[in-house]
Order: sequence, then C-alpha cells, then structure tokens
Amino acid sequence: MHSMPLCIVQKDANSKMPAAIEISKLRKVFGDKVAVADLTLTVERGEVFGFLGPNGAGKTTAIKMLLGLISPTAGDGKILGVPLGEARGRQRVGFLPEHFRFHDWLTAEEFLRLHGELYQMSAERLKRRVPELLDLVGLEPHAGKRLRAFSKGMLQRIGLAQALLNEPELVLLDEPTSGLDPVGRRLVRDIIRDLRQGGTTVFLNSHLLSEVEITCDRVAFIKHGVVLRTSVLQDLVEGELTVEVRARGLTPGVVSGLSRWSLSVRADGEHLSLTLPGEADLPDINRYLVERGVDVYALSPKNISLEDLFIQIVGTDGGL
Amino acid sequence: MRTTLVIARLTFREAARRKILLAALALGVIFLVIYAIGFYYVNKDLNRPGNVGLIERNEIRNFLLMAGLYVVNFLSVMMAVLTSVDTLSGEIASGTIHTLVAKPLQRWEIVLGKCLGFGVMLTLYLLLMGGGVVMLVYLIGGYVAPNALRGLGLMWLNVILLLNVSLLGGATLSTLANGVLVFGMYGIAFLGGWIEQFGSFVQNQTAVNIGIISSLIIPSEALWKRAAYEMQSPLVQALGFSPFTSGSVPSPLMIGYAIFYAVIALLLAVRQFRRRDL
Repeated sequence: MHSMPLCIVQKDANSKMPAAIEISKLRKVFGDKVAVADLTLTVERGEVFGFLGPNGAGKTTAIKMLLGLISPTAGDGKILGVPLGEARGRQRVGFLPEHFRFHDWLTAEEFLRLHGELYQMSAERLKRRVPELLDLVGLEPHAGKRLRAFSKGMLQRIGLAQALLNEPELVLLDEPTSGLDPVGRRLVRDIIRDLRQGGTTVFLNSHLLSEVEITCDRVAFIKHGVVLRTSVLQDLVEGELTVEVRARGLTPGVVSGLSRWSLSVRADGEHLSLTLPGEADLPDINRYLVERGVDVYALSPKNISLEDLFIQIVGTDGGL
Repeated sequence: MRTTLVIARLTFREAARRKILLAALALGVIFLVIYAIGFYYVNKDLNRPGNVGLIERNEIRNFLLMAGLYVVNFLSVMMAVLTSVDTLSGEIASGTIHTLVAKPLQRWEIVLGKCLGFGVMLTLYLLLMGGGVVMLVYLIGGYVAPNALRGLGLMWLNVILLLNVSLLGGATLSTLANGVLVFGMYGIAFLGGWIEQFGSFVQNQTAVNIGIISSLIIPSEALWKRAAYEMQSPLVQALGFSPFTSGSVPSPLMIGYAIFYAVIALLLAVRQFRRRDL
C-alpha cells in the first residue's frame, strides 16, 4: 500500500496532482426525494473549501457520496484522483461526520488506536500520533476516559482527532463546530489554519457563516442539491462595500458631488449611506468632505457579509 | 485482511466490554455447577449395588448428557442471535458505522470481521458449555459420550448458521425486524422438527414432509437432531425414538445444505451491506 503514488506528497508538484475533489453531475435520489440534483464541483489541492447551503440542501448527502457511504444514482467523480467508492481513495482522507456517534465504550486513546489500525498505520506511528492528536485537541488529560463520559464538545474534538490521525491530504468536516463552545470553535479554526499551512485540503460543510468567512478560501452555495454559485471568498468580501457617514454641514451640492465615487448615495439629515465598488476611494471621499467644510464624525465602511450574500443567493425560504 | 481482524477484535472486545461475555460466562458456570451436582447425585444412585444394570446405567447417563446438551444448544442459539442481531443495524441506526466505512477498507471486511469476532466468541462459549457437559459426564460418571466431537461440531455449525442469518437480517432490516425474523424462522424449524419426529413415530409421511420443508426454510433444528443422533446410545439408536432423537434422522445431505445455507447467508449479508446507503 505504501508504494502507492497517492502517498507521495510533494507540495511543489501540486499542480500536476489530480484535484482533491472532482465531481461531475452527481445525483442522488432516495425513493421519490431528490437529495442531490446535479452537483458539479472541483476542489483544488490545498484549498479550504466551504460548502454552504440551508438545511436539507444535500450537503451531507454530497459528503457521503464522496466517501462512498452512499452510492450516487448518477454522475461520477474522484477524490485524490481515485474514483468515488474505491477504498484506496480513502487512504489519505479524514472525515468527521455530522453527528459524531462513536463506539462509546472505548476510551479516547483506544478509539484513536482503533481508527489508526483501520488506516493500517504501523504500531510505532500510532504510538507517536495518538498522544500528538490528543494533545492537539486538548484531550490529553482524558485519554483513559471512556467516550460515554464525554460531553458533546469533547466528542467533537476526539472525532476531529480521528479525522487527522493519518496526516490526510484531504479532510472532510461535516458541521465541525456546531456543538462547540467558543473555545472549541477557535480550536477548530486554528486546526484548519494549520492544515492549510501544511498544504492539506479541507472541505468544510457548514452553515455557520461567520466560521466560513474566517476560514475558507473558496465557497460554493448549494440549494436543492445544485451548486448555485462558486466564489473565491476574498473576491466576495473585498468587493462591494457600504459606507455609513455621520457628518454635519452637508449641503445638497456636496452630496451630489459624491456620486463620482459612489454607486448610490442616500442622505438623511446627518447620515449618509454610500455604496462603493472598493475601499480605495475612502481617503479621497474623506478629504473631499473635509475640504468642503463638512465636519465628519464617523466614516465606517462595512463589507457585505457572507450572511447577506448567502441570503441573496440562496434566498430566505431556507431551501424549503 | 488486516482490517478484517481489527473489526473482529473490536467486535469481540465490545462483547467483553459490554459485559455480555461476563454474564454469559457467569451463568454458564452456574449452569455447569447445577448440572454437575444433579448428575453427581443421580450417578451416585445409579452406582448403588443391585439398583440398575450396567446397560441401563449408561442409558440414563446418556439421557442426562443429552438433556444437558439440549439446553446448551438452546442457549448457544440464543447467544448467537441476541449478540449479533443489533450489530449491523444498530451501528447503521446510531451512525457509528460512518467513521468505520469512511476508512480505507472494503465493506465485506466489516461483515466478515463481525462474523469472525462473534464466531470466536460463540465457539468459546460452546466449548465451555458443551465441552463442560461432556467433561462432567465423563469425570463424574466415567461415561464417554459417543461421537462427542462430531456432535459438538454440528452444534457449532448450528450456531454459525444462525449467526450468519442474523448478520444477513442486520444488513437488510432494522434490529427489531431482524430479531423477529430470525427467531420466527428458528421457531418454524423447531416446530417442524417436532412434527417430523412424531410423524415418523406414527409413520405419517405428510408430517415428516412438513418437518423436512421447515428444515429447508432454516436447517437449525435438523442440525441439532443430527447432533443428537450422533451422540445417542446404541440402544436408543436401535429403539429409534427418544425425546432428543427421531426416527427420521436428518441425512448428511441436510448437513451439506446447512453448510451451503450458512455460506450463502454470509455472502448475501456482504452483498446487502455493500449496496446499502449509510
């Protein structure tokens, strides 16, 4: 198994390696319910990819198809260059399922050992990795405790450790922070950041948009099992912004003069609301106002949030 | 294959950790102690000079041996079904299966591993209980059960057969439906076995045929009847009737059918589990 080309990771050769995830026209129908209609997606190596959509959009079904837990009704795809459903494709893949139900009669340490053995990791490697990961997720003091006694957050942490045991090239996380307190969430964020720095691809299934905003490089919005839009997050948030201005001494002439920068201008007494294509013009706008004798009390740019964008793209019906 | 053994060990360990093994072991020991005490006093009576003849003595010892093994057979079947009925359907329902299946292993390795884990556990159980009864009869009564190995082997086959059927049910149905199905089938075979036995006693071919058909549905009772036939005393064999054996002895062909049945059940379990969306 170790001679498989899959296991040889060279970061400088990333461009020649097959994409981390490549799926085309993936479809899954349960009875008469279409869970995933038509999913086409490519996730490149080293990306942190956010998979966003309302509940019931088919996110979990899509992840399960990637892992071979569910076989697609139609379409095909590859993970790490191996066709979906083949066991060897999962050799370098880590997975944290949404409901993180594990064999709770095992202790944390036994649990990690079991999953390491299923990855066919050697005894020495396990001896090194198990304490490393317990330390990473902050569960070292609980190594000998049975999972039955774990809180939801602790289970999520041990699940995360399990997903990272094999130093995977691709990690699939299904709602990894939904059960965590703020400390746990930060831990997950830090782990994702470290994974990205190490060149690991992360596929993050989430509806916690603030998390996605902080961690992801690229996002796909999905609804009813169809990708509505795929965007580089940077482009999204660095694009259009709104600027709220509070100032005294605004005259109609001054206000109309702002239209040379602003896409739209709304004035309401001391309040001005501008929409700008980017933040580059902010100093000029400030200077313009000051030079015309306006007293500026506040000038606050606000990026359009992922949440606004989510609702704009997916709609407010929650995918129902 | 290495991962199959990991699953087998996990299965075995789960039974141990959940105190299933402990309960079975403790009750097994109590059973053997009661059996030993009972057998000891009956045997003491048998040995009183002039009480019963040598042939009758061994007949009674054989009868007690068969009574013991009859219970062991029943308990082993219960163990086989009760321990495994939940193993696939339960893990699917709870979701613990997700992290297992997402690992680089084949689905058949999970089914085979579970079969192996439970198989080892049930073999040890049968060895303790069945072997215990045979040993006690020998140690206390000095009676060597005829064809004990062959008889225990058939009982073992019966246990594995029901284990595999329960795995097949678990790969397809919910835990409860699986339990109802396997015990229902076992009940049919049990009833059919008795109808066949009386049918053969009163020489009613229809009744015998009903027994044979029920053995085809699941040959579990047939395996016990064959085991009992193998281990019965020559006198009973000549008489052709006792509560444990029947005049209509399942043929070696039925044993072949049982082996075939067990193998096919396991293969179908693998097939069902592979096709299942988890």
